[in-house]
Amino acid sequence: MDVEKILDLGGPLLLGAVTTVQITLISLVVAIAIGLSLALLKLTRFRPLHWLIDVYVEVFRNTPVLAQLFIIYFGLAYAGVKVASLPAAIIGLGLNGGAILTEVFRAGFGAIHHGQREAALAVGMTPWASMRWIILPQTWRITLPPLGNYAIALLKDTAVVSAIAAPEIMFYARNLVTSTFETTAVYILAALLYFCLSFPLARLVDRFERRQRAWQ
Amino acid sequence: MAEPLLRVEELHKSFGSLEVLKGVSTALERGHKTAVIGPSGCGKSTLLRCINYMETPTSGHIYLDGTLFGEKQANGRLVRMTETELARQRAHVGMVFQGFYLWPHLTARENVAIGPMKVRGMSKEQANALAEAMLAKVHMSHKVEEYPERLSGGQQQRVAIARALAQEPKLMLFDEPTSALDPELIGEVLNVIHELADEGRSMVLVTHEIRFARDVADWVIMMGDGVILEEGPADEVIRDPRHERTRSFLRQIVEH
Repeated sequence: MDVEKILDLGGPLLLGAVTTVQITLISLVVAIAIGLSLALLKLTRFRPLHWLIDVYVEVFRNTPVLAQLFIIYFGLAYAGVKVASLPAAIIGLGLNGGAILTEVFRAGFGAIHHGQREAALAVGMTPWASMRWIILPQTWRITLPPLGNYAIALLKDTAVVSAIAAPEIMFYARNLVTSTFETTAVYILAALLYFCLSFPLARLVDRFERRQRAWQ
Repeated sequence: MAEPLLRVEELHKSFGSLEVLKGVSTALERGHKTAVIGPSGCGKSTLLRCINYMETPTSGHIYLDGTLFGEKQANGRLVRMTETELARQRAHVGMVFQGFYLWPHLTARENVAIGPMKVRGMSKEQANALAEAMLAKVHMSHKVEEYPERLSGGQQQRVAIARALAQEPKLMLFDEPTSALDPELIGEVLNVIHELADEGRSMVLVTHEIRFARDVADWVIMMGDGVILEEGPADEVIRDPRHERTRSFLRQIVEH
């Protein structure tokens, strides 16, 4: 095991790291869009919608993401809808994250006193303006720490999409192991890569949390 | 006779099976001040909250400046306005809450300026100038840059009053504005409200501060169990109440 060999191994892993970051970012955006939209819909009084959202949240929260990915990737192909591994990974992680973040945002909205909205309506704001200028900015601050923690978890959980052949870090790592038999070295390198991506993110989340405590 | 600024007509409000207002009617002339007193649970806050449709009355009508408030004609009958239409009307009524409800993510100045900006489309410069003028009125010029968390309860309530004043409202509603305050902070808020009253602003004030009600209001409404028990010129009702329940209520309050 020499330096040159490690550098050889590192190349493809770095390539995988780029995909890992891509999957993380896009899935995160999808999950936030779904979570925020559904949490907003849960603020309306339309009951059947609440019920549908609850079903979605519970199904995705209570089944393994690996099973969800397999169903999307293989199940859809079986049904005649061919989804490539990268989009399938993003759909799977996005839907899964959407369920988690629906609850995060719902809790965020719930943490804001109803008087905040009343005061906004009292000065003549429409419900939409009160949401935009009064409620959302506060919800955002409350949900930023859990959102950050979710992003960290997501970054590491992208490892599972190697199971549907999405070319991220673990996918390349497994290929490398097959071709080099350097099992330990390859997986340590892969773990190191995740750490290098995750650690700065974790520090960022810590800063958000400290700032939020100061603000409260 | 000229139309009063505010007319409340046969107001009923139920929450589920609980009837909180059982037919309340009153009127307020321009520049006048009405104080609403009564024991907790008598419906006085609900009455106030129905005036600007924070609560939708079960039946009855509100007229502001001769115009039906919160309702409109549709297919020959009255229906509740949409939220957007309602917002336009609410902009003319300032409301001050027991719990202040300043927006914690905004400074004192921003708390006051954001309404004029988002509701009336004022420019930021204009709105800030207005906000500073209103904060000066409530003697908060030294705290314009502070966030609410750094202000005392009395200071927060004064900023909340400035926020309502920035609406340039026709009518001000005060919902127990000093009930959440430590005793030593009540005075500064009452002083500000007193000054506004002296300017000739029209207001409806729900309060437990009986002496203040007598000093500031021209008219006092004593409520009990969802109805007006008695009403009249402030001095008369408070000094010489006719209704036995008003008498016992005032006795209890004064003894505290």
